[in-house]
Amino acid sequence: MKVSMKINGVDYEKDVEPRRLLVHFIREDAGLTGTNVGCDTSSCGACTVLMNGESIKSCTVLAVQAEAAEIQTIEGLAEPDGTLHPLQRAFQECHGLQCGYCTPGMVMASLSLIKENTSLDEQAVRRGLEGNLCRCTGYHNIIKAVLQAADEMGVKA
Amino acid sequence: MYPAKFEYVRALDVADALAKISSDEDAKFLAGGHSLVPLMKFRLATPSLLVDISQLQELAYVKDEGDYVAIGALTRHHDVERSGILQSHVPILPHVAGMVGDPQVRHRGTIGGSVAHGDGASDLPAALLALDATMVATGSVGQREIPAKNFFKGFLETDLSPDEILTEIRVPKGTKAWSYKKFNRRAQDWAIVGVAAVKNGSTKVAFVNMGSSPLRSTGCEGALNKGASITEAAELATEGIDPPSDLNATSEFRIHLAKVLTRRALEEMEG
Repeated sequence: MKVSMKINGVDYEKDVEPRRLLVHFIREDAGLTGTNVGCDTSSCGACTVLMNGESIKSCTVLAVQAEAAEIQTIEGLAEPDGTLHPLQRAFQECHGLQCGYCTPGMVMASLSLIKENTSLDEQAVRRGLEGNLCRCTGYHNIIKAVLQAADEMGVKA
Repeated sequence: MYPAKFEYVRALDVADALAKISSDEDAKFLAGGHSLVPLMKFRLATPSLLVDISQLQELAYVKDEGDYVAIGALTRHHDVERSGILQSHVPILPHVAGMVGDPQVRHRGTIGGSVAHGDGASDLPAALLALDATMVATGSVGQREIPAKNFFKGFLETDLSPDEILTEIRVPKGTKAWSYKKFNRRAQDWAIVGVAAVKNGSTKVAFVNMGSSPLRSTGCEGALNKGASITEAAELATEGIDPPSDLNATSEFRIHLAKVLTRRALEEMEG
């Protein structure tokens, strides 16, 4: 079945089986391997991307359901000249990652959270990221990073 | 994990969805896909045809209809959570919708999908049961209204027939007080036990995960109607209910939790 979508502003059109998962479309058909597969059961959040501006778990969406959608992945965040997005920079500066496996999903879930809210405090960030698991950092530095980026993006406590 | 192979079609409107679902007896409707797709990945469900209704915008709405609020079946949990009409008139629903899964799940999952799936461990069906909501099913011969208390039949089984589609949920206004208590061990987990309590005329109490479908606590409601105290009514909350044991809790522990959570919910409502 033919499916077409925009990923990071680029059009992709492929013939796929209806059972192809969006995350595999992104990784294998579009070749964008920044989005990871973790638990594959919509628990861990490693596969989080934005679909029409909102965070979703791409292991639990069929590629055919993303027909005509606008997808944004971690590769679509930095400027073309390599300048990092405020969230990416904050994760780096606050040491919000260790192994990095959860990071693309964490960053995309955080971006959606910041876009949806006019104010964010520590509790709201913790609750807003309950769908993303990290087994390294203990979360504290992730929360710091999100609050720093939110502040920079005009969303304050 | 890949689901077993299936055919996939998109519905253009409700009539088209009904025509397409009747073309294959193993067909299933696909809405947000956050109950069905995981089941298909585990191969616990193997429909031969999916009729995708997720893009039917005509079924995504919250409307003030005077005595009740009408919620389109494809309204996402995220939109129920943020609906001003629901926050004003049926505040328990936005609260409960905000406790389903996590933000990513709430961006995709729909209230109609959750209700039609009929999982006794889901939050929203129990809340709708306590609210005395009405489910509107549309079939090829027209619409029918099903009271919530007749809708949930058993494990993943509802009163919907295979050629019907759940199109709307009607929720009475007039909530005087409400409480929702969800007990789980970790963020985003399903409720081990949940209690939804609504005071609208009499007090209604419904349980999450105390049986194969969401259940009303007739023991607690009957006791309150006869003037029992909160403590007495909570003690009778699980009368006639035999919850399952699983990895999270034994049946006995669930009964204990249900009584404690019922008492806390009633106390919170009395404020």
